[in-house]
Amino acid sequence: MPYIANTAQDRKEMLQAIGVESFDELWHLADVHESPPRFNLPEKGLSELEVLAKLGTLARENRTDLICFTGGGVYDHFVPAAISHVVERGEFLTSYTPYQPEASQGTLQAVYEYQSAMCRLTGMEVSNASLYDGGTALFEAILMALRRNRRRKVLIAGTLSPIYQAMVRTSSHHLAAEVRVTSDEPDQCADELLKSLDEETSSVVIQYPDFYGTIRDWTPLVMKAREKGITPICSVYPLALALLKTPGEMGFEIVTGEGQSLGIPLSFGGPYLGFMTTTSDFMRKMPGRICGRTKDLSGKPGFVLTLQAREQHIRREKATSNICTNESLCALRAIIYLALMGKTGFRRVGELCASKASFAAETLISIPGVRLASSDGFFNEFVIELPVDAKPVVSQLLRKGFMAGIPLGAFREERNKQVLLAVTEKRTREEIVGLAEALGGAL
Amino acid sequence: MKLLFEKGSPGRTGTTLPALDVQRSDRVPDSVRRREDAALPELSELDVIRHFVNLSRKNMGIETSFYPLGSCTMKYNPRFHEDVASFTGFAGLHPRLSLLPEGEEYCQGALRAVFEAERFLAELLGFADFTMQPLAGAHGEMTGLMLIAAFHEAKGEDRSVMLIPDSAHGTNPASATLAGFSARVIGTDAFGNVDLASLEKALGPDVAGLMLTCPNTLGLYDANVRQINEMVHASGGLVYADGANLNAIVGRVRPGDLGFDIMHINLHKTFSTPHGGGGPGSGPVGVCAKLVPFLPVPHIQEHSNGSLRLKHESAYSVGPVAPYYGNFLVILRAWAYMTTLGIEGFRRVSENAVINANYLRVRLQQAYKPAFERACLHECVLSASAQARLGVRALDIAKALLDRGFHAPTIYFPLIVEEALMIEPTETESKETLDAFISAMLEIAALAESAPDAVTAAPLTMPVRRLDETTAARRPDVAALDLEETP
Amino acid sequence: MKYYTEEHEWVEVEDGVATVGITEYAARELGDITFVELPEKGSEFGQGDVLSVVESVKAASDVFAPVSGKVLSANRILADRPELINESPEEDGWICKLADVDEKELENLLTDAEYGQMVSNLSKD
Repeated sequence: MPYIANTAQDRKEMLQAIGVESFDELWHLADVHESPPRFNLPEKGLSELEVLAKLGTLARENRTDLICFTGGGVYDHFVPAAISHVVERGEFLTSYTPYQPEASQGTLQAVYEYQSAMCRLTGMEVSNASLYDGGTALFEAILMALRRNRRRKVLIAGTLSPIYQAMVRTSSHHLAAEVRVTSDEPDQCADELLKSLDEETSSVVIQYPDFYGTIRDWTPLVMKAREKGITPICSVYPLALALLKTPGEMGFEIVTGEGQSLGIPLSFGGPYLGFMTTTSDFMRKMPGRICGRTKDLSGKPGFVLTLQAREQHIRREKATSNICTNESLCALRAIIYLALMGKTGFRRVGELCASKASFAAETLISIPGVRLASSDGFFNEFVIELPVDAKPVVSQLLRKGFMAGIPLGAFREERNKQVLLAVTEKRTREEIVGLAEALGGAL
Repeated sequence: MKLLFEKGSPGRTGTTLPALDVQRSDRVPDSVRRREDAALPELSELDVIRHFVNLSRKNMGIETSFYPLGSCTMKYNPRFHEDVASFTGFAGLHPRLSLLPEGEEYCQGALRAVFEAERFLAELLGFADFTMQPLAGAHGEMTGLMLIAAFHEAKGEDRSVMLIPDSAHGTNPASATLAGFSARVIGTDAFGNVDLASLEKALGPDVAGLMLTCPNTLGLYDANVRQINEMVHASGGLVYADGANLNAIVGRVRPGDLGFDIMHINLHKTFSTPHGGGGPGSGPVGVCAKLVPFLPVPHIQEHSNGSLRLKHESAYSVGPVAPYYGNFLVILRAWAYMTTLGIEGFRRVSENAVINANYLRVRLQQAYKPAFERACLHECVLSASAQARLGVRALDIAKALLDRGFHAPTIYFPLIVEEALMIEPTETESKETLDAFISAMLEIAALAESAPDAVTAAPLTMPVRRLDETTAARRPDVAALDLEETP
Repeated sequence: MKYYTEEHEWVEVEDGVATVGITEYAARELGDITFVELPEKGSEFGQGDVLSVVESVKAASDVFAPVSGKVLSANRILADRPELINESPEEDGWICKLADVDEKELENLLTDAEYGQMVSNLSKD
């Protein structure tokens, strides 16, 4: 049996020291009087070699050779190899929440650097150490606003990711809050949001770029919201911030998002990285762990978890959130990614994505009957409209080796001819032209 | 060590990117264009690696040190799991693929791993079904509580109170509040069990359920657990098991058989996935048959032809709690662990975890007072109250252990034990390691009597000495913003 | 004259205005105070409502309104110097002033002597 060090002799000596004859005696002394259950499971385990072989087989049943033009919140970006090598250092991988700061300066400084980078990227003043994913982070932001202004209406842009909308609905079901979602047509959505801001609204939630890839300047909405005491919340695609104006500059008070694009592999849905940045006014209302810089007894700089009085282990039912474990190792991936890319590399990734997306859009609309669904600007994700139902076309392209975007009919029947496509720096001209040819053929 | 932002030189970068093979152009409107590049560091790849490798050396981890952090189950994390998680067939798989028309066909292997992990857990723990979506233990708690709320709501019952023992972890009351319940605290008796009189008094038609950590946070098995579950059921409530301490009983007791209706477990504890400096975790939730209709969607189902399909709609489902199927790569590591162990392996896990904890309890009780005078399960809770009278507190003992090469136990928890030291050795530690730890603990206890100042001065060998947490909280410095950048 | 609550708040009413803070005992028990969540001017509280939260590194404690009233002003100095509560809990470290106070509510509170007795019993435990 692997992973257990004690031998029969060790156990015998230990049981003797405890003062019992056998483990069964100890078990009864510990007051467990349940008869051993029978399991319909393999009695014996397998060796490392056998488990690897089984998992190798399972891995091969997944098609990761498809050429990916699919985003929708999760993107096929390049992940430099150095990241995995560093995060697999046992000191990072096998430590836990830095409760003993003197023995955790490595994790703590990395978290502080992560927090700093996320503030710089989003244009905000404070960041926490991470949350679970973009959707749960957004829900936590909504809760922060509810706690702060004690109002009960939550106004959500219909252009927010449908998955996040569903997650917010699930989690807010038992709260005394009324969630209202606008139209999913970008222009109509912006209009409705502006008209619906009232004195009972706690927060207004938008996505930037929105689920359909559209980018707009939200400054007027944000200003009006703040005048009325409403907290504007922005769920952002952080890699797009390589080229886009920061949510901070637009005046948002809370920024959340999915950090998967920052050096985290696709991983079939997780683990990912929820992030949250905010203004210093909101700092003490923020959920999750926060790392702060301070000094030790001898005046040497060091780092600690701080503002812990907000947290569940102290405040219990009055805590700002129930969050305990977060996604520390994924946050470490993000800061290593941002450090490797650096100021110029990060901009360059953004330029590659945006240029290739622009090229892809042009190439695709040169196919007769295909057009862009909107004339709005975009970063690397956009919607095209086909002359026919998109669903069978996407299936057909899948068989030809392309993950050709997300057919939007599943979200609203009227969008059944539309497909949402994403293009990252990993796609080549050849692949884009190949997609256009395949699509042309399918139509 | 200098911050990343204080190092480097303008124009330096740590990566290579392909040349642009299309015309340079974009569709970003000028009104939303960033005017200046984000103020990120400018370093070479070697600079970055050296920075983070040197940071890692300022950490203790399971791979460097004995890490007896109570209630966290810091067991060895098998190394080959890291290889598995990096297989392209898993790490390179886009979750949206399964949602595309006919896309499930293209990710059967991944769906199979999640489905099998679900089935394994259901059988191992005695539940009808599991959801793998929750992304951490506390997220599992909240999910479980939402299921309880949905159950009562479907029955048309208005039950708003959640009972929580005073020994519970802080996430329990916090999760209950978030799920819309008010928390009502019940007491602990002289043996460390739920106080039955206090429970009886607290039960009523407004009670939605009870959250019980099994075994409890004192490392003790509540011999009345079946009776407790029956009492709660009789009053119309459900019983939630917090599985944080599952390592103590895994393979020997099935919580579902004890009458628990719902349970979350932590794959990063009992199922050996790495803690990663504070996550990612994974908090699957198991339920009894009557709660199955309320489970989150999407949920994986096996088709009669053996292929796996996703169920997206379900009349009573609470909806999704995570974007896809949970922390997939964490679930995959747990799958590898389950398959490596088999039932025999799990029985040996609990056996060795319990022997190790009791060995520590018995050998340490001459110097540190056990919180309760009885055999424990996978962890023992001791009190440094005797040392505190000499001016040496649990915190000081924790710091002194760091100087001796051991990570500290959990301290000051559970709250109901004065100067608590909560020690969980796990099954993967050897007797020699435990003996070395015992010597260190006894030496510290002796030092507390002969030279208490030597204990309270610790740590002296760590990268930093004790840190000023008061100033950190009074005048928080939580980010190096651009303005403060030093050249 | 000062009155006290069992939760260790003090209140002193002068010309219809109540000054509220936490007692020396409470400040000592909490340790180094790191943050005081001050109530907003104009907000109204009933007797026993949570008026403010006082935090130390490892604890947070609700401050309950000893009497009902409307917040006239809060001690802004505490925003920058929360340690003032440790230095001078019952004078300079006051938390807020309440108007529209019903002085009859003072009858529900402890006198100086009663509170002193209570604290000395607590210290014996």
